[in-house]
Amino acid sequence: MARLMSPGDLEALRQDILARRDPAKPCVTVCSGTGCHASGAGAVAAAFEAELAKRGLEGRVDLRRTGCHGFCEQGPIVVIFPEEICYVQVKPGDVSQIVSQTLIENRVVERLLYRDPVDGRRIVHERDIPFYKHQTRLLLGSNTRIDPTSIDDYIALGGYSALAKALTSMTPEEIIEEIKRSGLRGRGGGGFPTGRKWEECRRAPGEPKYVIVNADEGDPGAYMDRSLLEGNPHSVLEGLIIGAYAVGAHQGYVYVRQEYPLAVANVTRAIAQAEEYGLLGRNILGSGFDFTVKVHRGAGAFVSGESSALMTALEGRVGEPRPKHIHTVVSGVWGKPSCLNNVETWANVPLIINRGAEWFASIGTAGSKGTKIFSLVGKVNNTGLVEVPMGISLRDIVYRIGGGIPGGKKLKAVQTGGPSGGCIPEHLMDVPVDFDELTKLGSMMGSGGMIVMDEDSCMVEVARYFTDFLCDESCGKCLPCREGLRRMREILTDITEGRGQEGDLELLEELAGTVAATSLCALGRTAPNPVLTTLRYFRDEYEAHIREKRCPAFQCKALTSFYIDPQKCRACMICLRNCPAEAIRGGKGQVHVIDQSRCTRCGTCYDVCPPHFGAVGRVSGQPVPADLAAGKVAACSD
Amino acid sequence: MEEILDRYEGEKGSLIQVLLDLQNEYNWLPPEVLERVSRRLGVPRTYPYRVASFYKALSLTPRGKHQVSVCLGTACHVRGGQTILEKAEQVLGVKPGQTTADARFTLHRVNCLGCCALGPVMVVDGQTHGKVTPARVEEILRQYD
Repeated sequence: MARLMSPGDLEALRQDILARRDPAKPCVTVCSGTGCHASGAGAVAAAFEAELAKRGLEGRVDLRRTGCHGFCEQGPIVVIFPEEICYVQVKPGDVSQIVSQTLIENRVVERLLYRDPVDGRRIVHERDIPFYKHQTRLLLGSNTRIDPTSIDDYIALGGYSALAKALTSMTPEEIIEEIKRSGLRGRGGGGFPTGRKWEECRRAPGEPKYVIVNADEGDPGAYMDRSLLEGNPHSVLEGLIIGAYAVGAHQGYVYVRQEYPLAVANVTRAIAQAEEYGLLGRNILGSGFDFTVKVHRGAGAFVSGESSALMTALEGRVGEPRPKHIHTVVSGVWGKPSCLNNVETWANVPLIINRGAEWFASIGTAGSKGTKIFSLVGKVNNTGLVEVPMGISLRDIVYRIGGGIPGGKKLKAVQTGGPSGGCIPEHLMDVPVDFDELTKLGSMMGSGGMIVMDEDSCMVEVARYFTDFLCDESCGKCLPCREGLRRMREILTDITEGRGQEGDLELLEELAGTVAATSLCALGRTAPNPVLTTLRYFRDEYEAHIREKRCPAFQCKALTSFYIDPQKCRACMICLRNCPAEAIRGGKGQVHVIDQSRCTRCGTCYDVCPPHFGAVGRVSGQPVPADLAAGKVAACSD
Repeated sequence: MEEILDRYEGEKGSLIQVLLDLQNEYNWLPPEVLERVSRRLGVPRTYPYRVASFYKALSLTPRGKHQVSVCLGTACHVRGGQTILEKAEQVLGVKPGQTTADARFTLHRVNCLGCCALGPVMVVDGQTHGKVTPARVEEILRQYD
């Protein structure tokens, strides 16, 4: 493969690739992101290969394994091009029918189409599905057309044209100016203006300089960067090379957490391919600019996603943050100027260079430009990755795109910003999603995790959960975080286990304030947010736990008991068979009884009892009524 | 082992990468291996220990044949991940971080594997099991010898 020595070479290559591809040729696209892969996409893709071969169709139908399409709840997802017919929850057993009916006879397989839960109609095209229709998929949209192991797929879509433009017709200062004017802010959580960061790095004295992709993505519940890096690694690399040119760096790192083996593999391969084409290495596209990239795996530490900690990890040391009076862009890896940005931030760069700062700034709000990818998960119907313009309301995301709450339950809160963020209650759902608006409410945008919680979520337990997580992940260097969080966790655990006392909430608030004000890094400084927002919006739940030893959501096991109402029990044996603790006695025609001494309060019986019986009851703040707990076994009333 | 150390010869900052590769090879980081690492890399013997004890992916104790990871990321937590972990603890008879007496399984509690739409998630030897219920935990584990 000849190295590309000029933008002209790149364009010629692109034309050559396009000439060899027929846009009318059918292509079966199987989403092979990690989510669909876990749902069995590998077997589906293999089934297609086998079936196409069996029918002698390999030459006439392409098969492409792509990165994440985003609609993870409905995976495995298969999209047939050029019509863009979208099939959901495809199994290997469906493949033969898809091939004969859709590919050969040109007919849609109705039962595999997405069914709109509101009006019941079947939707043919991916873009018409409500989940997708209301999104603005500038970054993720390309995933459906790219095999991440093929650089040619990326080039065919215009990939690396922004790099060619930047290297040959823009100066580094002009690039920085363009990024500044676009209003792009960091997508990793900090929201720092990217253009300013690059400018500061460029102006910082010292050689060599470094650029870094932060793909540590430690926020639980967030996997946007994973899908971007797995599904379209070249988009991130292209942004990185442009950034390196802008700040004057010749060495880059991609720091990927080792829990993402597919992302590690795909970006490593992408780097090798880019080097082959001369898009990395010496004299890129004949511009005279040299730049190489190395992949560095994380080893399992949430705190090493913090920029200064990440840089010490790059040096092979323990990933501990340092106070950032001196910015890392001035003194970072090996004490040299280092420009670190999040995966999604880098991926936005080629778009801005190609389409201009004005275009980018026309999307979003005054303070937050462009789109943001969120991982919409938890108690929501359409879980998956959504990309929306800044300024859309939380309500629209949860209902118009997310399809609302499953089981007809009530929305209680949306947690944003990961362990550094907070819970936004239902009555504030109309807040526009924007860096500053979310911060005003006590939360933050964070990296993009958006956890939907319903009436069954206990907000005190949520606060305890996050505090516990942060306690574990605290590097331990500074006292407020190390000891303060530990003490906060003790208090919260006591509250959820019925040992809460008057004065606990005031103590929690005092501790939270101290930890926030005196911690060395952003982990500690933002750690109190989950506690503070839940106290702000759900104080009554805390008070119920402390004063009445009652959990309003029936989640805290020490405070909740389950019982079976003998009037409603129909002895169907479903709960009995599903109980993981074998705590239910009874049989056919014999009303079931929960043995309170064996019950672990997991709530499975409550979940599986058929809704038209509704025989399992929950009680909190008081014991199970005596006659039910005594285990009086009665015959069924009919 | 020498081959792995050769691979990173001269690379500043490669200690973590070296340890990750050695762990893949030996399934844990035995003291003799760490001793060799400190000699080859020219760092005090405390360095590899410090790094290995800080990072969760690295283990200073022998691990079982199969690694069982129950996700307790926020999305999985909200969907009942804690109950799955408790069931796994009950079935295996160990707590997170521990290995079963017959050395078949090591149980891990992890924070987010990036499969949030399929929560609760349990990964065994890299194979992801989604939408796990407490009742299925034992059945899943029985698939592994």
